[in-house]
Amino acid sequence: MSLTGKIFGINGPIVYVGENKAFKMGEMVLVGKDRLVGEVIGLNTGRTVIQVYEETTGLRPGDEVMSTGAAISVTLAPGIISNIFDGIERPLQEIAAKSGTFISRGVSVESLDTTKLWDVHVTVKPGDKVYGGTIIAEVPETRAIVHKSMIPPDVSGTVTKVVPDGKYTISDTIVTILDSKGQEKEISLTQKWPIRVPRPTAKRYPSDRPLVTGQRILDTLFPISKGGTAAIPGGFGTGKTMTQHQLAKWCDADIIVYIGCGERGNEMTEVLEDFTKLVDPKSGNPLLDRTTLIANTSNMPVAAREASIYTGITLAEYYRDMGYHVAIMADSTSRWAEALRELSGRLEEMPAEEGFPAYLASRLSAFYERAGFMQNLNWTEGSVSIIGAVSPQGGDFSEPVTQNTKRFVRCFWALDKSLAYARHFPAIQWLTSYSEYVNDLAPWYTKNVGEDFVECRNQMLSILTQESQLNEIVKLIGSDVLPDDQKLVLEIAKVIRLGFVQQNAYHPSDTYVPMAKQLKMMETILYLYQKARLLIDRNMPMSLLKESSVFDKVISIKYDVANDELNKFDDYRAMIDQFYDEIMAKNA
Amino acid sequence: MSIEYLGLSQINGPLIVLEGIRGASFDEIVELTVEGNKKKLGRIVELYEDKAVIQVFQGTEDMSLFNTHTKLTGHPMEVTLSPEILGRVFNGVGQPIDGLGNIIAETKRDVNGQPLNPCSREYPRNYIKTGISAIDCLTTLIRGQKLPIFSGNGLPHDQLAAQIVKQASLGENSEGDFAIVFAAMGVKHDVADFFRRTFEESGASSHVVMYLNLANDPVVERLITPKVALTAAEYLAFEKGMHILVILTDMTSFAEAMREVSSSKGEIPSRKGYPGYLYSELATLYERAGIVHGCPGSVTQIPILTMPNDDITHPIPDLTGYITEGQIVLDRSLHQKAVYPPISILPSLSRLMKDGIGKGYTREDHQDLANQLFSSYARVGDARALASVIGEDELSATDKLYLKFGAAMEQEFIAQGRLEDRSMIQTLDKGWQLLTILPREELDRIDTKVLDKYFQAATSVSE
Repeated sequence: MSLTGKIFGINGPIVYVGENKAFKMGEMVLVGKDRLVGEVIGLNTGRTVIQVYEETTGLRPGDEVMSTGAAISVTLAPGIISNIFDGIERPLQEIAAKSGTFISRGVSVESLDTTKLWDVHVTVKPGDKVYGGTIIAEVPETRAIVHKSMIPPDVSGTVTKVVPDGKYTISDTIVTILDSKGQEKEISLTQKWPIRVPRPTAKRYPSDRPLVTGQRILDTLFPISKGGTAAIPGGFGTGKTMTQHQLAKWCDADIIVYIGCGERGNEMTEVLEDFTKLVDPKSGNPLLDRTTLIANTSNMPVAAREASIYTGITLAEYYRDMGYHVAIMADSTSRWAEALRELSGRLEEMPAEEGFPAYLASRLSAFYERAGFMQNLNWTEGSVSIIGAVSPQGGDFSEPVTQNTKRFVRCFWALDKSLAYARHFPAIQWLTSYSEYVNDLAPWYTKNVGEDFVECRNQMLSILTQESQLNEIVKLIGSDVLPDDQKLVLEIAKVIRLGFVQQNAYHPSDTYVPMAKQLKMMETILYLYQKARLLIDRNMPMSLLKESSVFDKVISIKYDVANDELNKFDDYRAMIDQFYDEIMAKNA
Repeated sequence: MSIEYLGLSQINGPLIVLEGIRGASFDEIVELTVEGNKKKLGRIVELYEDKAVIQVFQGTEDMSLFNTHTKLTGHPMEVTLSPEILGRVFNGVGQPIDGLGNIIAETKRDVNGQPLNPCSREYPRNYIKTGISAIDCLTTLIRGQKLPIFSGNGLPHDQLAAQIVKQASLGENSEGDFAIVFAAMGVKHDVADFFRRTFEESGASSHVVMYLNLANDPVVERLITPKVALTAAEYLAFEKGMHILVILTDMTSFAEAMREVSSSKGEIPSRKGYPGYLYSELATLYERAGIVHGCPGSVTQIPILTMPNDDITHPIPDLTGYITEGQIVLDRSLHQKAVYPPISILPSLSRLMKDGIGKGYTREDHQDLANQLFSSYARVGDARALASVIGEDELSATDKLYLKFGAAMEQEFIAQGRLEDRSMIQTLDKGWQLLTILPREELDRIDTKVLDKYFQAATSVSE
């Protein structure tokens, strides 16, 4: 029998229930006659505090609150990929079919389609011992993804009955098992999991494989590993969302979970439209076939925004358990932190810095620590990487969300306003960004890309650093008075900035660049530097070197050499040699 | 027969507290009668058992704990709508103030609206030509977009908005009716009058709906004005199939009003005393722009806000920028150089322009050209900074060209007449003309092929 209570007070998304009817902390409740979904977030002797995931307009004191007995959880089964959900896993397409263009309150829809028949191939037979995580069935979910249904983590036993391969819905029983207590359990393709609890794994691996993104500044200068965490902070208009879109499109994860947390409605529509059309270069299927979207736009209820992050990561962990590499794009974690602040303010909790609750840091760390490269309970390997956008107030990185996030992520891709103003994209500032994964990943790069890769990378970064120091001088006295070797550093740094670091997301061949070409580009730029340096050492003036168009030609390599024409780089090397010889000949 | 409650238990600024109330619901509208004759409206903002906190729209003057009768209406704030609202003027809560009588309701709508389902949205792709070069070329306005103007006190944001309204046309492939919903929150009489005159002069006033809450009108009423206006806009767009341009001015007054009410409610403030839900509240307004599948109409928003102390990091412009799809920033120093419109192009941005320009929309070179102008103009800033230290004469030849380019950009491209309506092609060609000032190797943002085609053409014209 379910418990009921009566509403006592209402303040925005927070509802108080009068007497304590032994509701449980974190439990899902249904509020009022529209049965709005809510969660118990506070209990004391006379009062239960509930946050409601929908608009509370029209609720009255005295309305009924019903308990459901379960924590707020998500349904895990085939049908998640290619779908778009709101913050508490309600499918938006179904809601649109039911309530029209606008999202009305209390719409009751199943998270996943329970009538659709899936092709099920059962992978266990009677007599098999199964444990939490054992794969019992395979279902082709989309063209790109095979869904592997598993025994829920807390169940184990011996298989007694299985169904033959065929078409089943997600609620049909597939396998019957006898558990250790001698009880029969029927297992379907569906399992439920509370969103605030991490799914268990066997062990954590070190982060020694990169998440290849095809974005030069990320892959080469500030790489992230599979199972890693990164933050992209930046004021508005600096390209956070754009960077997230690029990563979602091109990174080599198997599955993308895109969480639009308190962001723009049109952006979610864009992702939905774009990903249907765009083709994954590796599989040839539409990108939507490997993507699931969680959309809580900024005008949707604030409590569901707080939940959307957890919903997203739970879905990601579920696919990791199948042995997939999953990348989460959370845009933006600041909105989530602000949702915490808003709810905390309504609860009249004592605020810490800038009105944020004191538990902000612990919530952030709990979220980011759910990432990782794991060995799953069923011995497969999978990873969850988290890339979280941060929208600092006023673009000021000293605010609490950025600072606390910085403590828990190992990659920091700082977006810079002045680069964005100059339309230098991606506007990632190379001087303030960092990646702690560089050393972990160095062996992989050496083995798989090239022996000189890490060396080249360090050299480029050092040229960029020198440039910024020289620019301080230039700002005071102009560039004409610099000695020629320093002028050359400035010139090469310009080549690196324009020709390598800057990348055009709208250009067909520049939007994604494979590692091999990234290395070749680096080598060419550094070869040019080495040759030009020799000329300067022989007292050739920089003005003479600049007469040649070789610098401009190297800058436009990114457009002129297609991703599969790596042999063209030999021509560039020859061109640089010729440039060297010509100048030497002229001034011999 | 509904019950009337006599008396109040507390009055605190714009808020009143009523005890012993029964059957009240959250966000419900109540009617208040003061001394038997003065009618006011209020909204329930907090409920504890039989105690309701009510926010009074028309101010709490004359009210005492004994002279007020309260009646529940049983519904949230609603606005009366029909196609007849076009050409009419209303106060901040949607009551007619032009003396032309009441509206005969075709329908009544809850002003709070409901979130648009992202699945039902259509991604905006058609641009709106404004005839203003700095906007058309660099921050193109797209139908269904929300593009605010960040301004400061004393800058000509009103003139700019009026010029946009006058010149806005929907590009070549335009069909359907065009109408304007104008919402004023705490603006000066002169400003409201200026807009009214402009609409009349341009012959548009029969297509304008005005909701006016002027500077000396009740503060709390402002909180509802934009919601009323947007409800009207959604009705006209999504039910009557019209293209609606919504002008909301001034969002700063709206946020100030929120702060005022929040502090009298005793809420915990976050930044600069604004309530923690300022972002959510602004978002529920701004997100009510867009296009939906299978509907010919659209809602485009141009909110105007004055940045307190010209500070773009102030919470109001900051949070707005995070919600809206770009911003047009006005700059005081350009204004002082007599550049009109004084659009500071570097921080200005239109997030949706990338999909609404280029081949098939404007011209193939548009994106490249815009990128190059932004990037070169950013270099102008560096050159100017250097010149102020070492003097203009000491600059390198290239830097001198940048100074020349910067001046030309401001005087010929950004600046234009208040009545000047440039076509898209004129604007783009003007942009190329500017680039000819610079040596070709400085143009590093343009694809070589595009550069060959347009740079050559522009060079030959300037010679």
